[in-house]
Amino acid sequence: MAIDAATVRKVAKLARIAESEDRLAGLAQELTGIMTWIEQLNEVDIDGVAPLTSVVERPLPMRDDVVTDGGRQADVLSNAPKADKGFFVVPKVVE
Amino acid sequence: MSDLTQLTLKGALEGLSAGTFSSHELTEAFVAAIEAANPALNAYVLATPEKALAAAKASDARRAKGEAGPLEGAPLGIKDLFCTEGVRTTAGSKILGSFVPPYESTVTANLWRDGAVMLGKLNMDEFAMGSSNETSYFGPVANPWRAKNSNQTLTPGGSSGGSASAVAADLCLAATASDTGGSIRQPAAFTGTVGIKPTYGRCSRFGMVAFASSLDQAGPIAKTVEDAALMLTSMASHDAKDSTSLDIEIPDFASFVGASVKGMKIGVPEDYRIDGLPAEIAKLWDEGVAWLKAAGCEIKSVRLPHTRYALPAYYIIAPAEASSNLARYDGMRFGLREDGGSLSEVYEASRASGFGPEVKRRILIGAYVLSAGYYDAYYVRALKVRRRIAEDFTQAFADVDAILTPTTPSAAFPVGEKQSDPVAMYLNDIFTVTTNLAGLPGLSLPGGVDQRGLPLGLQLIGRPLEEGRLFSLASVMEKASDFRPRPERWW
Repeated sequence: MAIDAATVRKVAKLARIAESEDRLAGLAQELTGIMTWIEQLNEVDIDGVAPLTSVVERPLPMRDDVVTDGGRQADVLSNAPKADKGFFVVPKVVE
Repeated sequence: MSDLTQLTLKGALEGLSAGTFSSHELTEAFVAAIEAANPALNAYVLATPEKALAAAKASDARRAKGEAGPLEGAPLGIKDLFCTEGVRTTAGSKILGSFVPPYESTVTANLWRDGAVMLGKLNMDEFAMGSSNETSYFGPVANPWRAKNSNQTLTPGGSSGGSASAVAADLCLAATASDTGGSIRQPAAFTGTVGIKPTYGRCSRFGMVAFASSLDQAGPIAKTVEDAALMLTSMASHDAKDSTSLDIEIPDFASFVGASVKGMKIGVPEDYRIDGLPAEIAKLWDEGVAWLKAAGCEIKSVRLPHTRYALPAYYIIAPAEASSNLARYDGMRFGLREDGGSLSEVYEASRASGFGPEVKRRILIGAYVLSAGYYDAYYVRALKVRRRIAEDFTQAFADVDAILTPTTPSAAFPVGEKQSDPVAMYLNDIFTVTTNLAGLPGLSLPGGVDQRGLPLGLQLIGRPLEEGRLFSLASVMEKASDFRPRPERWW
């Protein structure tokens, strides 16, 4: 499957990664190379095969619905690029 | 006193226990070795000598009180994707360049509980995405091994390149590492060290920087099979903070070392005899078979027919999970934030500047295969192929107790050689990635050297939760190979 520059632009947008216009063609070529190599999966007979999403063959454990941690506002904010008065500071979202 | 840094973990623990030296003396020796070697090897991205010496002192005090743990006083290196409370953790990425976790990963907490001492944080491919340690924001790691009569710098493999290099160069007694497609075993093979990726769920993933959550598993890199067993016994645990961690008893893995392997059935998968497999690797594989035969094992040919589809399936599943896991790096709560206009522009600029080229490539592939119209054709198909690969192993393990393969299709390669061709780089993991997809334990041990004097590894694959059997088999092979790898010092 050939991936063109427009597809790379769209996917980069979905992934929230800024890519300059002059990089798109090169990236499209790289991704096309990888996806072409991946195409060999089409040779595998997967009729009636269920997708394998987890190798752990047991149900996820249940636990009591109780608070186990908390009261760590300073820890939570300790790596924030910007914080003020106990809050994360983010760019304006609503005008 | 002879050079303490050359001791095995087991040897050091015996020396500490006998009072031949203190943890403080041992740690001082490693601190000096790191200071001398790191400018050349770049194995540590952060050395923490003051913390290490303070921890060693505290360890000596515990021992004096008769409170020594199983790893009491042993100086270790920690791969930089394990969160360490109060100590910068970057996963080799600029986007986490100044992140200081306010909590400790469960794996490292287990090591400190058992008395170990941290020397510092080890270099790695960015977010563990790479097979040469060249994608690290902190620059490549040098392999302490060089080919005979050559001064060309070789990669130590990846992504746990810093861990492997540090262990091989005696810059720690043993190291933590992690493995998503081969990131413990391939670097172990390239550096003449022992590495094991345990069964998925053996080690808690809590506090490990996530790459692909259904594949990621922690494990050790060490100098000997017994050392790796000692490390894994401490690292493994059930942890309520990781819902995929298995609530089962952790055996004393070291007790399996040296046990008889007589009567065990060993599978040799013909599907791993790929085109272009170097003759030296095929020969070493045959030698490995001979060692196990001599120890009383029965050798059987097995088929793993979907092997060749494992890497392409992995390069859909791992990027898909990564694109989701790495969505958290948005520049808002932690990590790098670039200035921009709108919220979207800040996200896009921060991620463009914070992620390196290989990480971006994989995020883009992941976003592509998960996007509308391609999800079934790529992602769901890969998950179905993943089941085919797991079924191959289930069938093989009906006939055999363990499987023997080479670890890698080549010895260590020069820095820069494969950087321009992503698919060539991905092929490094052709023999290791299958066990991640199937959740099985895989152990790499050094088997010998090639004509250029570079170490080569052999891999043992086991049934789920049968790490103990792998340690028994590996210790027999370690003894039979009579290979005690030690690189000639040039740094």
